[in-house]
Amino acid sequence: MTDLIKLSAADLGGLLANGSVSSVEVTRAHLDHIAAVDTDLHAFLHVAADAALATADRVDARRAAGEQLGLLAGVPIAIKDVLATRDMPSTAGSKILEGWIPPYDATVVKRLRDAHLIPLGKTNMDEFAMGSSTEHSAYGPTRNPWDQERIPGGSGGGSAAAVAAFEAPLALGSDTGGSIRQPAAVTGSVGVKPTYGGVSRYGAIALASSLDQVGPVSRTVYDAALLHDVIGGHDPLDSTSLTDPWPSMAAAARAGLADGALTGLRIGVVKELNGEGFQAGVTQRFTETLALLAAAGAEISEVSAPNFEYSVAAYYLILPAEASSNLARFDSVRFGLRENPTDGPVTIERVMAATRDAGFGPEVKRRIILGTYALSTGYYDAYYGSAQKVRTLIQRDFDAAFEKVDLLVSPSAPTTAFKFGEKLADPMAMYLNDITTIPANLAGIPGMSLPMGLAPEDGLPVGLQVMAPAKQDARLYTFGAAVEQLLEAHWGHTLLSRAPALAPVEMFASEEGVI
Amino acid sequence: MKKAELMDFDKALELYEPVLGFEVHVELNTKTKMFCGCANEFGQGANTNTCPTCLGLPGGLPQVNRKAIESSIRLGLALGCDIAEASRFARKNYFYPDTAKNFQTSQYDEPIAFNGSLTIELESGRQVTVEIERAHMEDDAGKLTHKGGATGRIQGADYSLVDYNRGGVPLVEIVTQMIEGGEADSPEIGKTYVAAIREIVKALGVSNARMEEGNVRCDANVSLRPRGSNILGTRTETKNVNSLRSVERAVRYEIQRQAALLSAGGTITQETRHWHEDTGRTSAGRPKSDADDYRYFPEPDLVPVAPSREWVEELRATLPEPPAARRKRLQADWGFANLEFQDVVNSDLLDAVEATIAAGASAQAARKWWTGEVARLANVAGVAADSLVQPHQVAALIELVEAGTLTDRLARQVLEGVIAGEGTPLEVVDSRGLAVVSDDGPLIAAIDEALASQPDVLAKIRDGKVQAAGAVIGAVMKAMRGQADAARVRELVLERAGSAE
Amino acid sequence: MSGITAEQVAHLASLARIDLSPEEIASLTIDLGQIVESVKKVQEVATPDVPATSHPMPLTNVFRDDIVVPSLTVEQALSGAPDRDGDKFRVPPILEED
Ligand SMILES: [Mg+2]
Ligand SMILES: [Zn+2]
Repeated sequence: MTDLIKLSAADLGGLLANGSVSSVEVTRAHLDHIAAVDTDLHAFLHVAADAALATADRVDARRAAGEQLGLLAGVPIAIKDVLATRDMPSTAGSKILEGWIPPYDATVVKRLRDAHLIPLGKTNMDEFAMGSSTEHSAYGPTRNPWDQERIPGGSGGGSAAAVAAFEAPLALGSDTGGSIRQPAAVTGSVGVKPTYGGVSRYGAIALASSLDQVGPVSRTVYDAALLHDVIGGHDPLDSTSLTDPWPSMAAAARAGLADGALTGLRIGVVKELNGEGFQAGVTQRFTETLALLAAAGAEISEVSAPNFEYSVAAYYLILPAEASSNLARFDSVRFGLRENPTDGPVTIERVMAATRDAGFGPEVKRRIILGTYALSTGYYDAYYGSAQKVRTLIQRDFDAAFEKVDLLVSPSAPTTAFKFGEKLADPMAMYLNDITTIPANLAGIPGMSLPMGLAPEDGLPVGLQVMAPAKQDARLYTFGAAVEQLLEAHWGHTLLSRAPALAPVEMFASEEGVI
Repeated sequence: MKKAELMDFDKALELYEPVLGFEVHVELNTKTKMFCGCANEFGQGANTNTCPTCLGLPGGLPQVNRKAIESSIRLGLALGCDIAEASRFARKNYFYPDTAKNFQTSQYDEPIAFNGSLTIELESGRQVTVEIERAHMEDDAGKLTHKGGATGRIQGADYSLVDYNRGGVPLVEIVTQMIEGGEADSPEIGKTYVAAIREIVKALGVSNARMEEGNVRCDANVSLRPRGSNILGTRTETKNVNSLRSVERAVRYEIQRQAALLSAGGTITQETRHWHEDTGRTSAGRPKSDADDYRYFPEPDLVPVAPSREWVEELRATLPEPPAARRKRLQADWGFANLEFQDVVNSDLLDAVEATIAAGASAQAARKWWTGEVARLANVAGVAADSLVQPHQVAALIELVEAGTLTDRLARQVLEGVIAGEGTPLEVVDSRGLAVVSDDGPLIAAIDEALASQPDVLAKIRDGKVQAAGAVIGAVMKAMRGQADAARVRELVLERAGSAE
Repeated sequence: MSGITAEQVAHLASLARIDLSPEEIASLTIDLGQIVESVKKVQEVATPDVPATSHPMPLTNVFRDDIVVPSLTVEQALSGAPDRDGDKFRVPPILEED
């Protein structure tokens, strides 16, 4: 029998549709693998094994009854813990929400269920999505399947690691400044941040409302497109949701497989997102990929985005400002943790302060204090107001660039996966790591990361970031599928097939007194 | 705590010039809340009308109620405001357990309506124009109740309970500019201004406008400026003054309190104050401080509201006649004396009386029935008079009286029948057999019988002692079970007594 | 230097309702000073002629019809409550100076 966990979501969907396998079998295969490897990996905060098998059984029954189901019906999926799920705890990686089961589903989760996907569980993340490494999860970090001493990226390290380690063929992520794309890059998987407003934020625990966007995480571009088609489209519950009709992303991805898909495509290399400060192996793989693209008929040119150098600064004002307000609701009144002050009178004011002290980790506190500062009287114009102006300048840079080219490319991250603890002591160093991904969030445009090889110096995955004009998400999929095909043909294999095999945990090791 | 001493009001005005300002919150009567589809209604139990959005659950997002925007624009127009071409919601950040998100979604530097004015008329006939700075939209907080402690008040409570049913209900906050020159009329200006706002929102139909239910809530700002000075005094903000009479009393109280304090060499603290209806006093609340840093910023979960000029004009076309103008017109049309008209206005019966007249009743009869018998019955039932009976039914009743079919006394019985749901006045007349006996035949028979049985009375009448007829009239009315026109009976008694000669 | 003081951080913490320890205030004062120094950079290009962008997509007038949709049940609404009394959320007494 084929190793079910190694198959793409699209292939699983095909086997499920023609009855070669059942959803229960597929789901069980993934649950078994999770049981075997996740103790070490810690991609999941919650695994809903029984519920997943029960759901799978119901989907199988529907299919047996002759119902026509969607392309991903019966396919398992992992859900980032930032999304509200009515049958699983939703903690956003924070102690303040430990054990909280929302009374409702996020719109994207509802859409997964309506399309008969099988939720396996909730994936680990930096607390409230604040971080680039999952080291800020209140429940401990996720490990990178390529090297367990290294970070899987963040904040969505759990979703990326789950997919890269074959624990799930698909996952949902959320991307505020790169939290889908950077983990995809450092784990050798695919991640897409859709156009702002392309996917509903209703039920996504907000970090920074004007930047957050939910998107797909997968091992292939086509799988991401299939998932995008399930979760995307207008939602009246999200007032920033776009009403535009969207083309099929899956169809767009299939178009990328056609001969000559890259011919004449104008590709802009963002000058400011390359070169200095970038790891040599990252730059090398990027340069090689550009050469392959050129050989395939793409027109490569360099474009400049002079204001990108201000993007990290603007981002680290806008994000904390919005987050400081979004996180105010964690106050011990309606849900979540309640902590009494250790001494003195027990008033609600003091209980709120004690709860927020006990429930928030250091990075969350740091950003709330920073955001409170940026919004306070006398500082607003200098900080938050100025950052909003930079946002305009970044948008103008993108507008100018997209007048000359169809797509922009850069490495997805300046480096490959770094080691745990490496940047923990220096918040600014951690923040600067997001330089490549942040501009797309500030401008609201779509971005994708897909693998473009392993860095020669450390053998770790390197990601290619592609950015398209707002609402042109389909262009990302066409190009992404074409590049993926080109690179895999060049390598003769998929990138993830080169990932080290994870050692299953010895189930009874302690009884045998070993290790 | 030192008891606040009050200065005599006239003396206070000699020394100081009062400067006023009002913030009136109007709860809109939309079907749903401002930012979610939960019902905007109370009464079926705590926390029954809540959802992830108005409960501030993680992941909840707001969606703007179109009707609330319409109502706000119409209210802004009725206050003579400009309607912003682009307006935005902002977050006002502060922690309080009745505020689910720990920020209020309000408007800050881009309100929907601004630069209005409202001219009010005091009882003396003095006209005062109140400049409106802005009218902006925001959401209401939930309701707190305080348990334990001696008073059930917030102070000394053991714990508090929160019901979020009201959380997220749409409000329009109307903010005046400083009102100067009110002088001794200042308390009345406060009362009349709030009454005018109430009347306008009612006429627009955008609010139930019941102050006792908190649909209209007033914060009154008062400061005093020493005569001869042009420096503004420190103001206090008295919160939640929720009846017209209280507005008047609270303004008067603050003028007297501040004057006493200032003239004794004290200083006014900039603070919010609480109004106590029972004692008629204000007490110090939270002082305004640096801590009141609300960190306003544009609400990123909502997009700007940019009403097209066409839409604004469409809404302008739906505005009713301004209440003050309408009152002038109706009083003139109806020919009511001031007191008669005030009676109708104060009883909230302008609409009912107008509709009754429109249905064919005479103005005086409509007034008399509504402010008389209908109001009395409504008072007994503890409901609003206009909820008891329809104007067209009152008009039909009046028609029956004027046609002589009913006496006033019979008409009151018919009214009770109508209110009891027995049908139209005519139907009640029929089913209860209440019509006046207008055929003289049975009356004459009854009179003759009564005269025959009281010969002494007959003799007195014949002697010209006409007042003796009363005994006969009474006997006849009794025999007719009241269904006779007493004046007609009297006429006939005199006639029969004469003809019996 | 940005000149962030410990007093300022303590004040921000009270605005943000977080009961920080003196050690946390000390370390946050340093962090915040460095971060503010770095993000200040936005002021270099945020000239008066540049309009602010608060929403990445230029939408306006997104409204919902005034139609009631079902609310949560009371049990759902209170399901996560740390404390309750009947159908209401229960909280410790509110500090209000008189
Ligand atoms: Mg207000
Ligand atoms: Zn609601």
